Amino acid sequence: MNIVIIEYNGGNTRSVQFALQRIGFPKTVISDDPTVILQADRVIFPGVGEASSAMRRLRSLRIDRIIPDLKQPVLGICLGMQLLCSGSAEGETPCLGIFPDMVRRFPADKKVPHIGWARIRHADSPLFRGIAQDEWFYFVHSYCVPVNPGTSSVCRHGVAFSAAMQKDNYTGCQFHPEKSGSAGERFLTNFIKGDV
Amino acid sequence: MPAKRIIPCLDVKEGRTVKGVHFTGLRDAGDPVELGARYAAQGADELVFLDITASIENRPAFARLVEETASVLNIPFTAGGGISSCRHVETLLRSGADKITVNTAAVLNPALISRLAAAFGSQCIVVAVDIRRGESGWEVWTHGGRCPSGRGAVDWAAEAADRGAGEILLTSMDHDGTTNGFAAGITRLIADAVPVPVIASGGAGRISHFIDVFQQGGAEAALAASVFHYGTIGIPELKERLAANGIPVRPVSEERRENEAD
Repeated sequence: MNIVIIEYNGGNTRSVQFALQRIGFPKTVISDDPTVILQADRVIFPGVGEASSAMRRLRSLRIDRIIPDLKQPVLGICLGMQLLCSGSAEGETPCLGIFPDMVRRFPADKKVPHIGWARIRHADSPLFRGIAQDEWFYFVHSYCVPVNPGTSSVCRHGVAFSAAMQKDNYTGCQFHPEKSGSAGERFLTNFIKGDV
Repeated sequence: MPAKRIIPCLDVKEGRTVKGVHFTGLRDAGDPVELGARYAAQGADELVFLDITASIENRPAFARLVEETASVLNIPFTAGGGISSCRHVETLLRSGADKITVNTAAVLNPALISRLAAAFGSQCIVVAVDIRRGESGWEVWTHGGRCPSGRGAVDWAAEAADRGAGEILLTSMDHDGTTNGFAAGITRLIADAVPVPVIASGGAGRISHFIDVFQQGGAEAALAASVFHYGTIGIPELKERLAANGIPVRPVSEERRENEAD
């Protein structure tokens, strides 16, 4: 299994790589090379930080052009999921447009960033096989994707938002599976091994 | 609404934990990685590792420790101690830390917070604020609590959040080490004044102190060291009591309990 983690903004690529090591995939590749990414069996698109600078970085590496054409399963994590959407309110940023939805800022009546462990509800999907309803996952974000037809898992922080989304070969999760204990590791295993 | 978080803090000097740790069954009580994994298994929500050597020549050792920790832990952790530059932050984040804390350097140069938030995102910038009560109210102290800064606590916390801090780690030096409870009053004032989460620190001695700082203090998270290291309070018991008092916590799962019983 050739798993490639896209490196583009110095984010949490190592944490994702370590999590994959723990679940039995010691030889993942971290790369910003479009050729390497295109050859992967599974692509993980992580990301932390700010949307507009992340998109600028993707464009300068020309990765923005290949992500929408990938045919293998792709998992966008946190900012990675948000960048798969059509655009983000963060910096008024046009994004990759795989999911048709817009990323919005949380309303100001709750503590933002939304940081910590929160429970999710999920649809019956191979991605959540073996994961209980109301299981706890770790989140850290100030922007979120509203619930939409592609939403496969929902969380609440004042408002309901997408904890995970799916469309064709693309999956996004707002939580950090690499930091969400054994449930997160199960989610990553499902993505790598499962029929997604 | 996220669960209220319980965060053990480990002080690290030359790659070893320094506060006495009275856990049975630890292979090496001075090994921060093993201790961190133990806390994770007990149900800690996050960990903080503070490099109290923080001398420049020992920084690579701390970064290696961060990397080793990141490879083992499946929960988030924050690294800090003596951080004063973007490069230092980048090293720790690249080594696998989820967040970093800045303290003195941010007070001396508040623009550092703005720079770090722009470069790495607010979500990983925790501004640690050490305070003492003086004649004119709660004041910010720097250099490990040795130097008064002249800044008011609420005012500084608000500026830090404004500049892009994702969280405020508030430590009352007056309460730290007393085991007489957190400074719930000033924690509440700051929690109400800033839009970002506040982590309360300093003074934990009993489970009721945690209940107070969440209910009265409005903290999103509570950090403690000795009560966990000395085994005065066990995290599973703490979380059970918090839940029984209506405070939302991520429960310690059966699986984690079994690990602990081993």
